[in-house]
Amino acid sequence: MNTARALTAGRHLVLILMATAILLPFVSIVLAALHPSGAQISGLSLPGEWTWSNFADAWREANFSRLVLSSIIIAAGVVPLALVLAILAGYSLATLDPPGGRALSVGFVLGLTLPIELVVVALYFDLRQVGLTNSYLGVILAETALFMPFGVYWMQNHFASLPRELLEAARVDGARSFTVLARVLVPISWPAITTLGLLYFMWSWNQFLLVIVLMQNPDLRTAPSGLGFFVGQYSTNIPLLSAASLIVIGPIVLLYLIFQRNFVSGLTQGAIKG
Amino acid sequence: MVDAGTRRRRWTRRRLVGLLYLAPALLVYLAFAIWPAIHTVYLSFLHWDGILPATWAGLSNYTDVFTDSTLGPALWHAVVLILFFAVIPCGFGLLMTALLQGGVRGMTTYRVIFFLPQVLPLVAVGITWRWLYNEDGLVNHGLSAVGLGGLTRAWLGDYDFALIALGLIGTWAMSGLCMVLFLAGVQKVDASLYEAVALDGGGPVRKFFAVTLPALRGEITIASVITTIAALASFDLVFVTTNGGPANRTTVPGLLVYRLAFNESDIGRASALAVVLTLVVIVFVTAIRLATREKA
Repeated sequence: MNTARALTAGRHLVLILMATAILLPFVSIVLAALHPSGAQISGLSLPGEWTWSNFADAWREANFSRLVLSSIIIAAGVVPLALVLAILAGYSLATLDPPGGRALSVGFVLGLTLPIELVVVALYFDLRQVGLTNSYLGVILAETALFMPFGVYWMQNHFASLPRELLEAARVDGARSFTVLARVLVPISWPAITTLGLLYFMWSWNQFLLVIVLMQNPDLRTAPSGLGFFVGQYSTNIPLLSAASLIVIGPIVLLYLIFQRNFVSGLTQGAIKG
Repeated sequence: MVDAGTRRRRWTRRRLVGLLYLAPALLVYLAFAIWPAIHTVYLSFLHWDGILPATWAGLSNYTDVFTDSTLGPALWHAVVLILFFAVIPCGFGLLMTALLQGGVRGMTTYRVIFFLPQVLPLVAVGITWRWLYNEDGLVNHGLSAVGLGGLTRAWLGDYDFALIALGLIGTWAMSGLCMVLFLAGVQKVDASLYEAVALDGGGPVRKFFAVTLPALRGEITIASVITTIAALASFDLVFVTTNGGPANRTTVPGLLVYRLAFNESDIGRASALAVVLTLVVIVFVTAIRLATREKA
């Protein structure tokens, strides 16, 4: 029995070590953010006086009021739009057998591997031509397209996993298919839709390259993209930079802690079924 | 009862209705992802500064990608990053899975922590690590504390170590993902398989190689694909930590695509590099899928 107990203790020790390795960087920047602005700090040193003003200073210096507003506007456009399009397309591919449906399913899955670098160069010039650079609408449409492969794939898998009897009604009568979707399928699919919505929010919030390219005007950029340029201006003021990073990390970490089950299952299951 | 003709008409109609449902997603995807991708391929055959009329370049942008003294190394750096973003995390994840065979209580809490780097904006991750790698940062303090003070340096500014330091950020971010994927995969393994190995006199090592590893084939494929793409197409992390420096020792294709297109107005070369990067991604993903394919 003693060896079993020692084994369990050993396993926990390994897990705790790894958890510490992952969390230590956060401890380090939280401590750094609490030092006086511009202070010389080192390692994990505790601040002599706990300073909270870095957060207010970083908020003002990086113009986070504007940046966060942009982030929210873009996410508020991307999440519902991408959800509706993914639900409609996933439903069609899973139940209605549209012409060319199989090839399109494969096409969307292949789209998962396309690096954003391939799209972004020409996209900038295409959107500039139609006046959609420095525009929320342009970023919203581009992100919706970028996230489409995963969303369609996710919803198609979800609908395909539902009991066949539920889908039969839509199969029998194409005209009633929307009623079936809206009244029957969407209401029982909220867990899958919520998970996808959370992932969409996260990807939209974290998106960097697309935003700095399509938003050449710094005032229209999102919180992470603004942060990317804030580093250049205050590269030596570690307390201020740490505070700014925590402001950008904050909302997504909060959401993650509340909905951790959705995030983990979405990213792992979504991946595994591929 | 409906006759065959009616049924057939309904079937056709249902399929056409299906197309209507598909249309909005397809249109947005075609207009804002596929068309620009094709357009980038076209631009890669031009000399263009984004303003003046473009001229035909043939394949010269592509020869530049492989011969230019900054573009070629960037591709090589991206391949080196695969070691740190994909190979080490997957190997480490497998090692942890082997060590934890049999399961542990309280795994949910650990999983939340291990998965945390996956949800963070990489820009913020990069800024955090800039500080950790700083001369006065945690890494150097840790080294000094264990008597390795001689090794301390400004890691991200070091000619020889900057790329490795950058790669280790990826190791930090990706190890948890691999572990969570593998541990979830192990749970669906039939316990009787382990018992069979035990009856045969097999120990933990045999159990791991005979049962666990084959059972995780799907998870290993996915983890390798995700992390390899993250390594090859990296941009955010490099942009905020080193921005390619020192002396172009940490440039990656994503960074140079951005720089060439939007700072140096060399659209043709930027596009060619983006196309080559995409081909490299496809080659690696295909190779991983072939290597982990079930032997028929």
